[in-house]
Amino acid sequence: MIDKFAAWLRDSAQVLHDNAAYLTELDSAIGDADHGANLDRGFGAVVAVLDETSFGSVDELLKKAGMTLVSKVGGASGPLYGTFFLRFGTALAGAELTPVSIGEGLRAGVGGILARGKAELGDKTMYDAWAPALDAYDAVVASGGDLEAALTAAAEAAAKGRDATVPLEARKGRASYLGERSVGHQDPGATSTTLLLESAARTLA
Amino acid sequence: MKKLINDPADVVSEALLGMAAAHPDRLRVDHENRIVYRKQEPRPGKVGLISGGGSGHEPLHGGFVGLGMLDAACAGEVFTSPVPDQMMAATKAVDAGAGVLHIVKNYTGDVMNFEMAAELAAADAGTEVRSVVTNDDVAVQDSLYTAGRRGVGVTVLLEKIVGAAAEEGRSLAEVAELAQRVNDQGRSMGMALTSCTVPAAGKPTFELAENEMEVGIGIHGEPGRQRLPLAPAREVAALLVDPVLSDLPYGQGDSVIAFVNGMGGTPLLELYLMYNEVAQLLDRAGITVARSLVGNYITSLEMAGCSVTLLKVDDELVRLWDAPVNTPGLRWGA
Repeated sequence: MIDKFAAWLRDSAQVLHDNAAYLTELDSAIGDADHGANLDRGFGAVVAVLDETSFGSVDELLKKAGMTLVSKVGGASGPLYGTFFLRFGTALAGAELTPVSIGEGLRAGVGGILARGKAELGDKTMYDAWAPALDAYDAVVASGGDLEAALTAAAEAAAKGRDATVPLEARKGRASYLGERSVGHQDPGATSTTLLLESAARTLA
Repeated sequence: MKKLINDPADVVSEALLGMAAAHPDRLRVDHENRIVYRKQEPRPGKVGLISGGGSGHEPLHGGFVGLGMLDAACAGEVFTSPVPDQMMAATKAVDAGAGVLHIVKNYTGDVMNFEMAAELAAADAGTEVRSVVTNDDVAVQDSLYTAGRRGVGVTVLLEKIVGAAAEEGRSLAEVAELAQRVNDQGRSMGMALTSCTVPAAGKPTFELAENEMEVGIGIHGEPGRQRLPLAPAREVAALLVDPVLSDLPYGQGDSVIAFVNGMGGTPLLELYLMYNEVAQLLDRAGITVARSLVGNYITSLEMAGCSVTLLKVDDELVRLWDAPVNTPGLRWGA
């Protein structure tokens, strides 16, 4: 399972690299034009850590990834994604990796995002992608679905949540300074979250 | 994109190399952590003052390190908050036994990263850290439904005044209280004639037509509240001064430090022209200008435009403003 989590982080780094210009373009419209470059730099650093370190457990791997993101990204997305992976890893420590425990880990990670960012549903943030994704994941697991089905459902729900940020008025982060002028733009954070979950559906199961 | 750079990825680190090379008498730079320090070791018993933020606002913050202002400044990527490791390293390095004040501009990322650093520094080295979050930008109106007002021009005035108080040997609690008071008595409003280009993005953050201006901008090339047809300086000055005056509010007989700040791409000729308009508006409102500051001090890369900051002052604040300062960005009396 360690290999799969490492593959997820590597694939995410590649996807974020490929989409860096797109994410920055979204951020230019309602933010400060750095989201793509920052995540590309941060996940690039995570890959460098993966290259030179061997990990004994998934939780160590995720925690190290989280600390690397906190140390390398900056902005709001550094503490947010960094805290996500730190809490995700902490929740998995000593746990048997099952669709249920991974779901609990994801929820713990998103709890960390909420603790740092204090966002609510509908604030036009990454949480608007995370919240429906967690619910979709849990629904699949509750009805007996496997990890692949759960992650696929989570990624699809995240994409819908991402699309639903377009008509929203931002109430958190730099986009909130724009007031109603933030309406009509897709949230960059919800977009990068969707990319991470789509990557998870491809690599983790 | 047309910039005097080598590689967009190296802009911040190469600029820091330049700062170290240009000011070896006053500064030393930790290039690995991207921290600008005073050359001299911290004076025992003096409260340490650190700030930091995204790069692209020069001379803020690195240019305000030195006698009478900051002890250290942490540089992030362009328009991106620095990371907790940097602030933690700076906090430990400048702690001379009296604790450390973090001066943080109110942006989601800056606040989060400084918070994490303060928690880590307290847990790790037992350093006492207090924070002041500047939020003087009246363009952001409804703080319940936004990330709150942005920290802009008052940050410069605060770093100067609070820096002077720290040099006098005041305690961390006193320095923090003064910092809060300065923030609470200051208000700002900015406007842009052009956007700016983040080196890593390669193209302007937003487009403004020849006959348009953006009012209520911050310092990160983020669009403002309103796009209006370009107007004469006299009208632009009123667009900036009126919301500032009505917000605190400032009244007849008040004394202020009046600060007309350039966003990086506007010549001093125009900034002084603007200052003339601002001074006349203040005179008409019965407000006394105790001190003034005109120039590019908290910028947004090459953006053209300006901001107006008014800080209500009493004799004590004026005395601290006049105290000696010797930094690359601000120097008098020393």
